[in-house]
Amino acid sequence: MVEFMVKVFNLFRDGFTQMTVGKTLWKIVFIKFFVMFAVLEVFFFPNYLETNFETDKQRGDYVLEQLTRPSATN
Amino acid sequence: MIDVDPSLVDWSRAQFAFTAMFHWIFVPLTLGLSVLCAFFELIYLKTGNEEWKRITRFWMTLFVINFACGIATGIILEFQFGTNWSNYSWMVGDIFAAPLAIEGLFAFFLEAGFFAVMFFGWNRVSKGFHCFSTCMVAVGSNLSAVWILIANAWMQNPVGMAFNADSARFEMQNFAEVVFNPIAITKFTHTSSSCFVVGAAFVISVSCWYLIKGRHVEMAKKSIVVAAVFGLVSSTFVAFTGDESAYEVAQKQPMKLAAMEGLYKGERGAGLVAFGILNNKKTAGDSQDAFLFEVKIPLVLSLLANRELDSFVPGIDDLVYGNAEENIMGVNTKMEKGKLAVADLLAFKQAKKDQDAAAAEDALTRFGVNKDFMGYGYLDTPEEAIPPVALVFNSFHLMAAVGSLFPVIFGAFLFFSLKGTLTEKRWLLPVGIFASFLALLAQQAGWVTAEVGRQPWAIQGLMPVKISTTDLSATAVQVSFTAFAVVFSLLLIAEVSIMLKAIAAGPEGHTK
Repeated sequence: MVEFMVKVFNLFRDGFTQMTVGKTLWKIVFIKFFVMFAVLEVFFFPNYLETNFETDKQRGDYVLEQLTRPSATN
Repeated sequence: MIDVDPSLVDWSRAQFAFTAMFHWIFVPLTLGLSVLCAFFELIYLKTGNEEWKRITRFWMTLFVINFACGIATGIILEFQFGTNWSNYSWMVGDIFAAPLAIEGLFAFFLEAGFFAVMFFGWNRVSKGFHCFSTCMVAVGSNLSAVWILIANAWMQNPVGMAFNADSARFEMQNFAEVVFNPIAITKFTHTSSSCFVVGAAFVISVSCWYLIKGRHVEMAKKSIVVAAVFGLVSSTFVAFTGDESAYEVAQKQPMKLAAMEGLYKGERGAGLVAFGILNNKKTAGDSQDAFLFEVKIPLVLSLLANRELDSFVPGIDDLVYGNAEENIMGVNTKMEKGKLAVADLLAFKQAKKDQDAAAAEDALTRFGVNKDFMGYGYLDTPEEAIPPVALVFNSFHLMAAVGSLFPVIFGAFLFFSLKGTLTEKRWLLPVGIFASFLALLAQQAGWVTAEVGRQPWAIQGLMPVKISTTDLSATAVQVSFTAFAVVFSLLLIAEVSIMLKAIAAGPEGHTK
């Protein structure tokens, strides 16, 4: 088992160190993840229900409120 | 009137559409090229010819570039669910949790595990295990798509669930019904086979460029033969799955089919529009002709929709205003039932607030009678149930027209390849280069048909898009839209340039 884990580790280590195009791609992937999770999600895409309500009960009640706005029943 | 800012709905909708279309530039190529890489490697495994190994490694490099470009572009869609579509997101959370979790597990264990062997394992694991890993990446990628398409299909045909008024959520009652939703099955077969066409078209495009440039000629010729066979089989299969898909649309979303065909007045023995120019002044219920010009194939629409030549295919007018003769309930009647359902939901909410259990139970019982029409309760007019006909009609016909070219294109490449005269057919090579763009165009047009065609519904019949949105300002969505568009356009330029550089460099070990 240990031998297998060492082989897997070496496979990844050697693979990453010998990459050519892959290195550039990894840079892009990391930039992308950083922009998404550290910038876009935080500043532009907050989860509305997670941010504004504390419990699922409150979230459910809010959505039910939205579904039954008085204007909807006119 | 429902007090929802229409520009908020439009901006939220536009942002989601833009993100989904951006995401869908990469996904079809990932799904299609993964299978072709597996085929290339299987040939290498069978023949032991090192040339096939070089070919496999080259296409794998392009596959991984595309994979890296596409990675995480779909995550923005999930952000948007939470920000712009919080009502919708809350309501479908229980249904989507299982398919999306399974998709995540597939993506992680199948793709990530075997991905490493596929890219790092050359000469480190046996040829057989390496090939097996490549095949598993292809299978894993396509199986990941299954779960996303199951979620999408549920919105088009919500089955296997019940609405819990207490939690305001649709809750899963029957997982098998959700998974084996007929729309999900046809959506997967049609989508995956059309993605195979994109993969085959991409290999042909790049190979044709090499042939025109006189570089890597042998690799290009070999690649074209494999891609043309795969593309010919896939594009033929696409026609059959498209037929099955249209049949399911006719059964479950007749309004979408009517819009796809610009059919206002339903008829028996309806013809399929092969080519047509819509009359933009035409509106539902008036007596104007729907087309300025049309070429129809007699009886085919009835056959396609109901598998019977003389069957009745409802038009937009029948579906909106009803047709007693054909037993079709109009939107007006559905709206009345829907408004009763929403009123009962309101009564339930009030009773809960007043802690009156008997009244709440009573309201729930009444709600149950009309719950299937709940979404219609939010419409302001019956005509609101009509999707944008021109966009749906034109995108559907664009997809069908472009899609029907592919068996011919792949057939021509296969024929001239086997005859050994492909490089002499200089007229065909530019067509091959253009094939990738055509395939992606058909993909995008197909999704526009599927998604615009189901408007105004986020969940068919149960929840219109305008009720799904978060109560935000339209400006907030415009700002996030702009931020996303700028960032992803820059990334796209960087990613495409890497892909073009890799293509220009060609396969390693080749000097020509």
